Amino acid sequence: MSEPRLHVPEVPARPGEEPDFSYVRISPAGAVPRPPIGVAVRETVPLAEDLIRVLDDNGTAIGPWDPKLPPDTLRAGLREMLLTRVFDDRMQRTQRQGRISFYVRSWGEEAVSVAAAHALRPGDMLFPSYRNQGLFIGRGTPVLDLMCQLLSNTHDMCKGRQLPVMYHDAPRRLFSISGNLATQYPQAVGWAMAAAIKGEDHIAAAWVGEGSTAEADFHHAMLFAKVYRAPVVLNVVNNQWAISTFQGFAGGEQRSFAARGPGLGLAGLRIDGNDFLAVYAATAWAAERARAGYGATLIEHVTYRAGAHSTSDDPSRYRPKDEFPAWPLGDPVERLKKHLSGLGEWDDARHTALLAELETEVAAAWKQAMSYGTNNDGARLDPALMFEDVFKVLPPHLEAQRAELEAELAAARDAGAAT
Amino acid sequence: MTAMSMVQALNSAMEVMLARDPRVVILGEDVGYFGGVFRATEGLQSRYGAHRVIDTPIAEGGIVGAAIGMAANGLRPVAEIQFADYIYPAYDQIVSELARMRYRSAAAFTAPVTIRTPCGGGIRGGQTHSQSPEGVFAHVSGLKVVMPSNPYDAKGMLIAAIEDDDPVIFFEPKRVYNGPFDGDPQKPAESWAGHPMGEVPEGHYTVPIGKAAVVRAGNAVTVVTYGTMVHVCLAAVADLGLDAEVVDVRSMVPLDIDTLAASVAKTGRCLIAHEATRFGGYGAELSASLQERCFWHLQAPIQRVAGWDTPYPHAFEWEYFPGRLRVRRALEALMQVSA
Repeated sequence: MSEPRLHVPEVPARPGEEPDFSYVRISPAGAVPRPPIGVAVRETVPLAEDLIRVLDDNGTAIGPWDPKLPPDTLRAGLREMLLTRVFDDRMQRTQRQGRISFYVRSWGEEAVSVAAAHALRPGDMLFPSYRNQGLFIGRGTPVLDLMCQLLSNTHDMCKGRQLPVMYHDAPRRLFSISGNLATQYPQAVGWAMAAAIKGEDHIAAAWVGEGSTAEADFHHAMLFAKVYRAPVVLNVVNNQWAISTFQGFAGGEQRSFAARGPGLGLAGLRIDGNDFLAVYAATAWAAERARAGYGATLIEHVTYRAGAHSTSDDPSRYRPKDEFPAWPLGDPVERLKKHLSGLGEWDDARHTALLAELETEVAAAWKQAMSYGTNNDGARLDPALMFEDVFKVLPPHLEAQRAELEAELAAARDAGAAT
Repeated sequence: MTAMSMVQALNSAMEVMLARDPRVVILGEDVGYFGGVFRATEGLQSRYGAHRVIDTPIAEGGIVGAAIGMAANGLRPVAEIQFADYIYPAYDQIVSELARMRYRSAAAFTAPVTIRTPCGGGIRGGQTHSQSPEGVFAHVSGLKVVMPSNPYDAKGMLIAAIEDDDPVIFFEPKRVYNGPFDGDPQKPAESWAGHPMGEVPEGHYTVPIGKAAVVRAGNAVTVVTYGTMVHVCLAAVADLGLDAEVVDVRSMVPLDIDTLAASVAKTGRCLIAHEATRFGGYGAELSASLQERCFWHLQAPIQRVAGWDTPYPHAFEWEYFPGRLRVRRALEALMQVSA
């Protein structure tokens, strides 16, 4: 028997070993050129392999991608990233207390969503994945609304039909999150095609994790975006991990995920996803390119999933415990804070005060959300609601089943009264 | 009224809707310049433009995924899947996304998409061009599933589907695209010309989704069927000279169980006939629902005639197809049972 020759990707470090991020190729801040938005796709090949960064290690913004944002925008971004983190931490604890069934934090990836929310226009339709709560917070969805969804309570936007974190916000143009992976990608392209058919200048944007790029929907979306030059921005959040599977199994070895853009005829950008300014600048560039009719861009956000995949996951079983501090692109909140402080527009005291204010805000919202009922106690949605919205008009067989359920519930009440 | 084949009637339905409603777009493989492999979209692109009658890549999942996004952005997409046998790459988008968009978002987002797809056998299509997968879609909550059996219904039901605010899977029994088929493959092909259901209005009209049609009145036995099998069953009934009532289901979901049950309660006997495989097929749902309602009226157990539980074989098409002989034998056996 000869040696097996099959190549099986191997993660650089497992539990008990030193974190090893030597495989992450990093360009110096400011080093990657910023071409005009109408640049030919083939000219973006280097941009899809290098790493677009604006903030250097000292927190200084340098190079052609610096979006030169006013301090108010930076402070708003910092506030929303911090709010996302405070909200996440609170909801994580809440899940541990058994108040909600499931939660997914975006710890370490806040810039990916919040900066994009600022760079896109209010009329643009966003197709989030389940770790993009920063898009909702960045567009102003009240955390109270998100909490009520998590609780499946009487104010739940989904009327109790969706797993926690599968939000939507139609007035703010945030599409319904599926829970199936990458399915929203071709839908975003279709939405963008419709905008182009109608002659509107709204664009669509969608997000998937690097693991989900393996799905057929990812390829369908890129192909349709290419063929019809759809005004869409396609984002891959490469946080290195798909539950326990590292990015090598999604095909991340040797070529970047962004390189699949030029491979299929879309512009590709590989960017520092923990750099608020880089995410903003790349998203704005891609959005402008899409709006001007030059077609779609695939943006790979290189970041790190600092927490577990979800509350049902335990990453200590498959990766070193202390990886996040070793992550070479740092913490997005700390980096923007350092930048703002360097500009003289922020300081530790204001940061501490903001944190306290957000914690109070989240605690107050949570109290209010709980007053509308929880999984375990308080007011409940009417179970008969489960029959609504299967179709616009209730068909006879569902009408009959609803009556059957109501009879069953009445029998249960009678039985309860009898005992 | 004009004599139309089913293909012409479907073309007319899409033409009417493209003219009437700027939100309507058509997309699919070969549907544009060429007009579709069965010619259902012939001439539509030249009249309504390449941005409304859109040729697509060969990616059924992409077609349906894009159609969902288009619908969420206010369009009324009519997606063609070239053969029902090719629909499975889109199955996840249909089942997990299209069917549940209204539900999961509590109606904040909806996906009024019509998916047209030719189904059924009898065209020497072998196992990849002959399937009848209506059962696997009827089983999914949130989809309307229909199958017309003639040009008049095809046009009226397709317009109703496009105007429906919910997704509709629209199966087209391709063996009767160009004429009714009585189950005898040796006979010269018939045309729809001269058939009463081949007389089709030029303009807008609808045939409501969710309503069955009694296509032949009778008292001795009820034959519940749909698609190509409507014509096969009518021929078998005529062969036997039976006083049979033949009911065309037309709409699998929502099902017009009242019309079906009224007939079975009247006749006391019921044969269910479809081309699709038998085990776990849509006929099983019909049988179960009818016996729940009609048990005390039944003179005999409800029987099913269907395709065998095998893939659709190329060389043995007519031994596979539930033809007139199989229907006759089932009816004869059913009529001999006395309670």
